[in-house]
Amino acid sequence: MRSRQAHDARNARKRREMVTPEGIALPITLASRGSRFGALLLDLMLIFGLNIAFSLLLRALALGIFAPGGEVKNSSAMLEFIQVMMILFGFALFNGYFMFFELGPRGATPGKRLTGIRIAARDGGRLTPEAVIARNLLRDIELFLPLTLMVVWTILSFTGEGAGWTILAAMIWFLIFAFFPFFNRDRLRAGDLIAGTWVVEMPRRKLEQAMSLGESAHGRSTATGVEYRFGEDELSIYGEYELQTLERVLRDNNSEALVPVAEAICRKIGWSTGTGDERAFLEAFYAQLRARLERDMRFGKRKADKHS
Amino acid sequence: MKPITRLFNRAPTAEAPPEIERAALRSDRFRLEREGEWKRLEAVVRRMESGRLRAIPDEELLELPALYRTAASSLAIARETSLDAATLAYLEALVQRAWFQVYGPRIGFFGWLRRFFGGGWSAAVRDIWLDICIAFAVMVAGTIVGWLLVESDEAWYYSLVGDGMANGRVPGASAQVLRQSLDGQDHGGGLSAFAAFLFSNNAGVSILAFALGFAFGIPSLMLLMHNLALLGAMLWLFHSAGLTMEFTAWLAVHGTTELFAILLAGAAGLHIGRSMAFPGNRSVVSAAAESGRRAAVVMLGVVLMLIVAALLEGYARQLVTDALARYAIGGTMLVFWLGYFFAFRRRPAEAAP
Repeated sequence: MRSRQAHDARNARKRREMVTPEGIALPITLASRGSRFGALLLDLMLIFGLNIAFSLLLRALALGIFAPGGEVKNSSAMLEFIQVMMILFGFALFNGYFMFFELGPRGATPGKRLTGIRIAARDGGRLTPEAVIARNLLRDIELFLPLTLMVVWTILSFTGEGAGWTILAAMIWFLIFAFFPFFNRDRLRAGDLIAGTWVVEMPRRKLEQAMSLGESAHGRSTATGVEYRFGEDELSIYGEYELQTLERVLRDNNSEALVPVAEAICRKIGWSTGTGDERAFLEAFYAQLRARLERDMRFGKRKADKHS
Repeated sequence: MKPITRLFNRAPTAEAPPEIERAALRSDRFRLEREGEWKRLEAVVRRMESGRLRAIPDEELLELPALYRTAASSLAIARETSLDAATLAYLEALVQRAWFQVYGPRIGFFGWLRRFFGGGWSAAVRDIWLDICIAFAVMVAGTIVGWLLVESDEAWYYSLVGDGMANGRVPGASAQVLRQSLDGQDHGGGLSAFAAFLFSNNAGVSILAFALGFAFGIPSLMLLMHNLALLGAMLWLFHSAGLTMEFTAWLAVHGTTELFAILLAGAAGLHIGRSMAFPGNRSVVSAAAESGRRAAVVMLGVVLMLIVAALLEGYARQLVTDALARYAIGGTMLVFWLGYFFAFRRRPAEAAP
C-alpha cells in the first residue's frame, strides 16, 4: 500500500490535466528534466555536425571555384567571403533548427523525438507559430548568448583585455536560466513561460484486446467445462483498483503471477477451486466484477478500492 | 505494412460485427462498435505525424476533425461507463495525439516565414505602437541628456563612452583625427564588421533590451537611455569639432536601420514589462505569454534588421564615403522601414481554427 501511494505521489507531481476546447480533460505527463537535457544535447550535436558538414562543403566548393589549378588567387577576399557565409549559415542554423522542427506536425526536434517528448500549448488551445518562435528566441538569451559571452570573454581575458567579473556575470546569467525549470511547478524554462508552452511526454499506446470476448468471460471454462458464477457478496468485496490490477495481470498473461492472484481471490471470497484452470477462473471473475462495478457506475455509485 | 492498414481503413466495419455479439460486457460492446473509427483516426494521425502531408488523401484530412470529435466523445462516455483501464489509456493517448494535430501550428516553418514577411511582422510592430512611442521618447531624451552632460563637464564623456570604444575619438582630439575615423577605414573589412555584429554592442544591446523586459521594462528603458546618451556624447564631440554633418552621414548609413532595430527591441521589452506590470484581468503569467508572443515576432525582425545593418556597416559604409550619398542610403533605408511597417497594411490571413 505504501509503495502504491509513493508511486502515485511521484506521478502526481508530473501529471497535469489539460482541457481541450471541446471540454475534454486530458491527462498530460510533463517531460522529465533529464530527458529534456538529453534532447538538447542530441540537438546540439546534430547542429554542430551540420555546421561542420556545411563548412567542409563550402571549403571544397570555394577551392574548386577560386583555385582550380591548386593556386589560390586573391585568397583574403575568398576567405572573408567564406567566413561571412559560414557566420550567416551558422546563425540561420542555430536559430532556425528548433523553429523548423517544432513548427512541424510532431512539435519536436529530432532530439525530442528520440527522447519521446514534444511541446504543447499550456492552455489546451492551439499551439501558435508565434509561441514556437517566442520560446526559441528566448533560447538565444538563455543559452547561446551567455555561453558565447563566456567563451569570448575568457579568450579576451587571456589577452589581458577582459575582466574576471564579466565572465562571472555571464556564468551567473547562464545559471539563472539553466536552473529556471527547477524553480517552478510546471518545469518551464523562461522561453516556455513567455510563449505559454510546456514540454510533455509524447503519448503512445496501442489498443489492447477487449477483455470479455472469450468463453470464460461468460463464466464457462473451455478447458474443464466448469461454470463460474459469483454471487453478490463475492463481487462486492473488491473495487476499481483491484479490478484494474487484475486486468493488468490478465493482459500480462504471466502464468506464475496468475496462480497466486487466483489463490488470493479464492481465499478472500471463500472459494476453493482446483489448480490448473486459474486463467479461466480469473477471466470469469474479472468479467463479472467489471459488469457489477460498471452497472453501479451507471447509477452513479463508484467503489474506488476494497477499503471504500 | 501500409496495404494492411489501408485495407483496415477502408473497411473498418467488416471485421467488427461478429465479435460485438460475443462480448459479455456492455462497455466492451460499446468499444467494439467504435474501435474501427478510432483506428482510422490513429492511421490518419500517424501519417500526419510522419510529416508527409501530401501523401494523405484529401478526404482523410477532411475527416480528421470529425474523427477527432468522435474519439473525444467516445472518451467522455467511456470514462463514465467503462472500467477497462487499457482502453481508457489508449483513448486518452489517441485523443491527445489527434488534439496535437487538430490544434497544431498547421503551417510549417516556411509558410510562417511567408506570413511573417507578408504582413505579420509589420502588424506586430504596429500592435506595440504605444511602446514604440515611449521607447522613442526615451531614446531622444537619452541623446539630449548625453549631449548636455558632456557639454557641462567633459569628464562625463569618458565615463559614458569608455576607452575601448572611444578609439581616439576623445574631447580635444583634432578635427583631422575625428574626420579620419569617419573615412571608412576605421573598421577593417566587411568581415570584421560582420563578425562584430553577432556579438557586438548593438546586437547585445537589442537582445538585452528585450530580455530585460521581464523586470517590468525598467531596465530596458535604462539601457536605451544609456546607449543613446553615448550617442549624444559623440554627437557633441563631433559637433564641437565642426563635423556634425559628416558624423550624422557616417552614422546614417547603417544607423537608421540599427537605431530603428534597437528602438523596436526596447519597445518589445517594454511591451512585455508593461503587460506584466498592468496585466488587467489576466494573470501575470498569461499576460506575459500573450505579449511575449507578439514581442517575439518583433524581435525576430529586429535580428534581421541587425543583419542588414551589419552588411551596410561592413560594406556600404566602406564603399561610399561621400556625405550626401551616405545620407541618401540611410534615408532610403529609413523610408523603406517606415513604409514597410506602417504603410504596408495587409493583415496576414489567420489560419481558421
